[in-house]
Formats: sequence, C-alpha cells, structure tokens
Amino acid sequence: MNNKPIKIQNLSVFFGKFCVLKDISVTIDQGDFVTIIGPNGAGKTTLIKVVLGLINPNEGNITVFGKKPTEVPFEFVGYVPQIKTLDRTFPAKPIELVATGLFGNWKYKLSNETKKKCEKAMEMLGIASLAERPLNRLSGGELQRVYLARSLVRNPKLLILDEPATGVDTITEIDFSILLDNYLKQSNTTILMVTHDWEYAFHHSNKVLLLNKRVISYDSPKKIFTEEHLHKTFGHTGHTHTMEFIIKKNE
Amino acid sequence: MSEILLHPFVLRGILAGVIAGFLGGYYGGFVVQRRMSFLGDGLAHVAFGGIALGLLLQFEPLWMAIPFTILVAIALTYSKEKTTLEIDTTIGIFFAVSVALGILFISLNKQYTSDAFSYLFGSILIVSATDLLLAGVFALISLLISLFFWKRWTYASFDVELAASDRIAVASDNYLLSVLVALSIVISIKLVGIILVSSFLVIPSASAKLVSRTFSSMTLLGIIFGASSSIVGVIISVLWDLPSGSAIILTQALIFLLCVVISKRLS
Repeated sequence: MNNKPIKIQNLSVFFGKFCVLKDISVTIDQGDFVTIIGPNGAGKTTLIKVVLGLINPNEGNITVFGKKPTEVPFEFVGYVPQIKTLDRTFPAKPIELVATGLFGNWKYKLSNETKKKCEKAMEMLGIASLAERPLNRLSGGELQRVYLARSLVRNPKLLILDEPATGVDTITEIDFSILLDNYLKQSNTTILMVTHDWEYAFHHSNKVLLLNKRVISYDSPKKIFTEEHLHKTFGHTGHTHTMEFIIKKNE
Repeated sequence: MSEILLHPFVLRGILAGVIAGFLGGYYGGFVVQRRMSFLGDGLAHVAFGGIALGLLLQFEPLWMAIPFTILVAIALTYSKEKTTLEIDTTIGIFFAVSVALGILFISLNKQYTSDAFSYLFGSILIVSATDLLLAGVFALISLLISLFFWKRWTYASFDVELAASDRIAVASDNYLLSVLVALSIVISIKLVGIILVSSFLVIPSASAKLVSRTFSSMTLLGIIFGASSSIVGVIISVLWDLPSGSAIILTQALIFLLCVVISKRLS
C-alpha cells in the first residue's frame, strides 16, 4: 500500500484558463523536511492548498498517506497558515485556538483535561503564560507560536507551514526555527514549508522544491542552490546577495 | 397601569420579542464576526417583496416572504462562494430589486394597503398566536441545530481556511447558516418591522463583542442583550404608547452605549 506522506503525479491546477501549476510530480518520504521556494505567483500556496484538500487539481493525482487529501483524517495534518490572514478582532483566547488542534472544531468550553493538553503544547513552545490573554494582544511572533502549538498538540504526521516568518522580526524568526528544530529532533514528522528564506532552507531542510508553476528542481539543498537553477526559477540571479549566498554555499 | 402589561397581546409581544432577541443574538454573532451586518438589512428588504406579493394575492404575507427570503439567502451565499463579487454588492442588487418588486406589488393592489406599513414599521398588535407558535418552533429547531453547528460556524467565522483544512464542510454550513438567518429575520419582522429588523442581528451582538473575551461569551451575551432589550422595549412601548420597534431598538442602543463605556474601562 502506498503510504508515502505525499505523492503527486502529473498534477495541474488552472484558475479559469490561467495555469497556476503545471505537470507537478513530487514524492515526499516520511521524516523529510521539504522547503518550497519560488517567486511570487509561482503556485507555492496553491500547492499547499492542494495537499490540504482545499483546492481540487484539474489534472493528475495526489495522495496524502495513500488517501485523497479530503479523506485524510484531520489529526494527521498540522497546518500553520500565514499569520497575516488572521482576523484579530475575533474574541478568543490563545488556548481556545490551540484546542482546535485537538478537536478540529471550536469548543464552547474547554474541559480541564483539554486545558492540560493545550498548556503542555504551549509550554513546549514557551508560551504557556499567554494561554488566557486576548488573541488581539499577541505580537506576531507570539501568534506564530500559538499557531504552531495548535498544530503540534495533535502530534501530526505531516506539518505544513505557509511562510511562517512573514510579518515577524529576524530574532523571532530565528527563535521559531530553533523551536521547530527541537521538535523535529523528538519526532519523525514530515514537514512541508513555503519560505522565501534561502539560508533557512539550505541549513534546515533536507530537500528543496524549486517551483515556478512547474517543478524546476527537487533535490538536496546543496544540489538545488546553483546559479542555473535559481536563474530558471526566478528569471535572473543578478542581485549581490544572491551571488553571495551561492558563493558561501559552495565554500 | 401595570394591568395593561398582562393583556394577551402584550404578553404575545413580549414573548415574540424574547424569541426575536434570542434568534438575533444567536445568529448575530456570526453575522457581525463575518462582517455581514448589511445582510440583515438586505434580507429584510427582500422579505418586503414577498410580503407585498402575499398582500396582493391575499395570501398570508409571511408564508410568502419565507420562501422568497430563503431563496435570496441561498443565491447570496452562492454568489459569495462562486463569483468574484463582494457579498455587499450582491446584497445591494437583491435589496433594490426586491424593494422595486414590493412597491410594484403594492401599487397593483387595489385594496387598502395599511397592512404593508405595519410590516414596514412593525407592531406587537399584529403578532398572532400562530406567529408566536411558528417563531417558538423555529427557535427550538435553531437551538437543536446549533448544538451541532455552533462549533463549526464559530471555527469558520474565525478562519474559514483553517476550518476547511480540518474537514469542516464550510460551503454547506454557510448555506445552512444563511437560510436560518433569513428565517430569523422573517420571523422578527412583525415585531420591529422591515426597516429596523436588522438591528436584532447587529446591535446586541456588537454590544456583546465589546465586552467579551471569548466568542462563546459573546454569543451568550448577545442572546441576553437581544432578549432583555425586547422585554424592556415592549413594556416601554405599551406604557407610553410608543412604536414597539423604536422602543426596542433604542433600548438596544442604550445597552450598546453602556458596553462602549465598559469596554473602555476594561481596556
């Protein structure tokens, strides 16, 4: 039985006549940490939404743990969306949001047992003291950890993160990557992350998917970050920092 | 003076107000949180088209308004899901078309049309025992449905994508919510009238939001504010011979002002 976390074959997605993803074929193994890199409009978020079962592909096949994405039990997959999409006016406490990770819906009242489980996940990420604070009083970095706690509380087999560093400062971003690394050391969770941070992808993931509507390359970071691949993905590699990154990587 | 409050029509009015307040407070939380406050106004005016048709055909106006409003509620949800139009744009279109139809039906009606005005402005005098029974049954059904759907609607109100990624059938849930909001509006029309009915969906929930730290307490407070403002409003309207709709909504506005002051202190 095919129980690979993600298996995609010849997948294409169109929005009307506009092609968003074309002929994507990728297999992700258990325990892989895959980062997706590509320019704006490359289809990165669309690909994630296809894996989550939020968008149906027009062509091709995708299985998540051997099933159609919409048939995968919700607790198998943890999803950390871009925090900029959050409606901060919603009256809620962080612990309530974390509890959605356990139940897959919003509880009217949390039992003591549920609270303990949620607090444990929040403690692991250093945010136990924020459990009862109004959601609208959290900083971007705190909110990002709440979303991560929400995903980790269910012990997911697959963790999907969509640009988790968007809207947070550099130090918070580094803290977040340390937290994620620490978690990965204790688990065999597969990770799929959209990021614009090449350094992060190079040092933390074991595979990188270069995407620009189609797969440009899918391999280990050392093989991926070449001038040729980046040129194919982004159209040019003329910026100083890009060249510096490639030189540093080769050293 | 207080004896008048024991008259059957007053008691019916108070009870109808409590039911309308309960329904408005309950569904209002979702309407306010999803930034669809204009929905109540739009659907109420859509109901006007149905009511005017009922009056023209000499058929119970509310029975005509219910399918009319439900159909439009479904069409609005469909348009939101499937087109690039914002929901307030679609509501604006249906709002105008329905009012135009309503005026057309009233102009075609050769009989006395004062009934149409009592639907526009509302009156506890026109709440019959049958209306009350209908509203009560609907409130009970709503309560039963909510036991299962509250947590799903709340999750989708927080973040529709997150809810969908957790296998919540967001699209079909939205259709159900729209239909129930439409029904709650039609049922509340007799009491406060078409022009003011949307206040039941907006003011108690907006007040509750100002002083709530969780969505569950916002829902509960919205219901309490909706029901209590109806009781106070109906009593005031009877004692001082004022229009019930105005009295109820001005009571709601007073609660809103109190909540603004309290929220400033809380922050």
